[in-house]
Amino acid sequence: MQYVDEFRDPELITKASEEIRRLADPKRHYRIMEVCGGHTHAIYRFGLKDILPSNIELIHGPGCPVCVLPMGRIDDGLAIAKAPNTIFAAFGDMMRVPGAHGSPLEHKARGTDVRIVYSPADALELARKYPEKEIIFFAIGFETTAPSTALTLMSAKAEGIHNFSVFCNHVTIVPAIRAILDSPDMRLDGFIGPGHVSTVIGCRPYEWIARNEGKPVVTSGFEPLDLLQSIVMLLRQMQVGEAKVENQYKRVVPWEGNRAALKAMAEVFELRPYFEWRGLGFISQSALRLREKYAAWDAELRYSVPETRVTDPKAAQCGEVLKGVLKPAQCKLFGKECTPEHPIGALMVSSEGSCAAYYNYEYRKSLVTRISSVA
Amino acid sequence: MAHGAGGKASRRLVEGLFAPLLYPGSQEPLNDAAHLEVGGARIAFTADSFVVKPLRFPGGSIGELAVNGTMNDLAVSGAKGVAMTVTFVLEEGLTASVLEAEVRAMSKALKKAGVVMAGGDTKVVERGKADGMYITTAGIGTPLPDVKVDARSVRPGDKILLSGPIGDHGITILLARGELDFEADLCSDTRSVLPLVEALAAECGPGIRWMRDPTRGGVATALNELARDSGLGIELLEEEIPMHDAVRGACELLGLDPLHIANEGQFLAVVSPEYADIALNALQQTAGGEEARMIGQIQVEPANAVLVTTRYGGSRIVDMLVGDPLPRIC
Repeated sequence: MQYVDEFRDPELITKASEEIRRLADPKRHYRIMEVCGGHTHAIYRFGLKDILPSNIELIHGPGCPVCVLPMGRIDDGLAIAKAPNTIFAAFGDMMRVPGAHGSPLEHKARGTDVRIVYSPADALELARKYPEKEIIFFAIGFETTAPSTALTLMSAKAEGIHNFSVFCNHVTIVPAIRAILDSPDMRLDGFIGPGHVSTVIGCRPYEWIARNEGKPVVTSGFEPLDLLQSIVMLLRQMQVGEAKVENQYKRVVPWEGNRAALKAMAEVFELRPYFEWRGLGFISQSALRLREKYAAWDAELRYSVPETRVTDPKAAQCGEVLKGVLKPAQCKLFGKECTPEHPIGALMVSSEGSCAAYYNYEYRKSLVTRISSVA
Repeated sequence: MAHGAGGKASRRLVEGLFAPLLYPGSQEPLNDAAHLEVGGARIAFTADSFVVKPLRFPGGSIGELAVNGTMNDLAVSGAKGVAMTVTFVLEEGLTASVLEAEVRAMSKALKKAGVVMAGGDTKVVERGKADGMYITTAGIGTPLPDVKVDARSVRPGDKILLSGPIGDHGITILLARGELDFEADLCSDTRSVLPLVEALAAECGPGIRWMRDPTRGGVATALNELARDSGLGIELLEEEIPMHDAVRGACELLGLDPLHIANEGQFLAVVSPEYADIALNALQQTAGGEEARMIGQIQVEPANAVLVTTRYGGSRIVDMLVGDPLPRIC
């Protein structure tokens, strides 16, 4: 399969991992953060830790939109969806994420009309198909999914579709990286930059990380070879003491981003003064809301939102894991009270969350004493 | 809903509620069909139910699925289906032509399998219930000579065979629902696996330790059950698992693991190592088994778990499915 097989080629992967071993100073410990949840998932799915030398530590970043969404927002969305004749539409990613009173799937079992959609445009299609019903689209995601929400709202406005609204939880990646770098207990050597987000925002927004913080950033693809090449590029910079932004994912990410997508976002969204991130707390100017000219489609204005606040259980150490201070398995609840089936903390809820990825793909591997191959 | 999706929750329901109350004290393994002695004769006995939306899909329909699925449960327990019964639960307002089409599909599948329909029942429920129709079945069969299917007989070093490409059924159904805006040239793999099981039994009956058709929950769930029932570990070689490009592509796009996707015409077999090559050859020489592969082996570690390794050296644990597979978008 094109764009997949060549990036999983064993020979090229072996070459890249040999290059990593050659570049990595054995006396040094490298802490590299992959910002994006998609990367976290890929690292575990492809078992890249088995390939990397032990002095290269990958720290899992905040780029999992489901993980960083405060529980109260889910409760708020589901509370307004209880109105009669209402359809609550969301991505499959959201379906098992628990609010304080259950996940969207559990609400569905209790009678709320919950539908899985594959894009915001599908939610708008529901509005066209059921003109007698109100459709609430529960929007989540970074700049990756925000443009499609924006374009959908522009269509709704142009067509005069009024039985459709958006409960907006879109967040932006750069303030989250800043919050992590500002954290006093944080020591990082470099970043594997987000892939999908960068297709929209490009690479320029990361330049301050290299310039002001002195940390190299390499925007990366999601295949095993992509990630290994990105680590090679980071190590090459570190070897000569450089810090700049590089683009490994050139086949998809344009340096300047996607102008049309950025324009649609600017048309529809404005920054919120502050927004709560699960595990990280309130971060200023880190999330999007609808502009006033789209107020008629803003679920937060059209419905009376309870504004639920749910604090995570004290024992859950999501914040420390999210900032890379603790490894998933070092949290007191990991694998005991908190599992993918019964997540307590944010990072266990999505398969892109570092705890869930670690639990699903890696956890029990520690039991492996010998991996033999099939004869 | 998760309790019906064939993964962890389904198993908890069976082990935690059904088995202890309905079959107390049983030492029998949880297989796809029970083997019982009735009036001095050994018979295999199974029950199944079919809930699928849409009722017709590329490559098959619920009626055909009901016959093949019931016969496959018997086949992978090491038995040849002889007769079955069927119960239709019909939604008020279902058109006669839709029902007739399904009955005809069943009739065709019965003829092909050489199985007798011994009886049935019909119920009608209110409009808005039963998605058009649900079908439940029971099937009986005669055990194949020299074949014993028991997870507890599996040993380290045993080889794992898969009869053909995975994921066709699950992805076909997902696309047939019309909620996704893409198309693929794919058909459900629904078929009777009995000819393949018989070929295997004829060549290496005593070498067969375990078989299962990886329906809901896919290959990952079936093998996790084996790992837990045997207390052993399973190693799969990712590159050896046969799969059509359309399935692989759809799974990459939707963030699904093909190992969790349902199949309706494939089966897994664990055979002792000395029979492995004979077994693979027997499958590949049988019509419909050309794409069979040896996909892995049984090991001591990781106990109770399934480990997938790749040619480039990475590995990961693959767990049972929890609930239905949900696409990842954001």
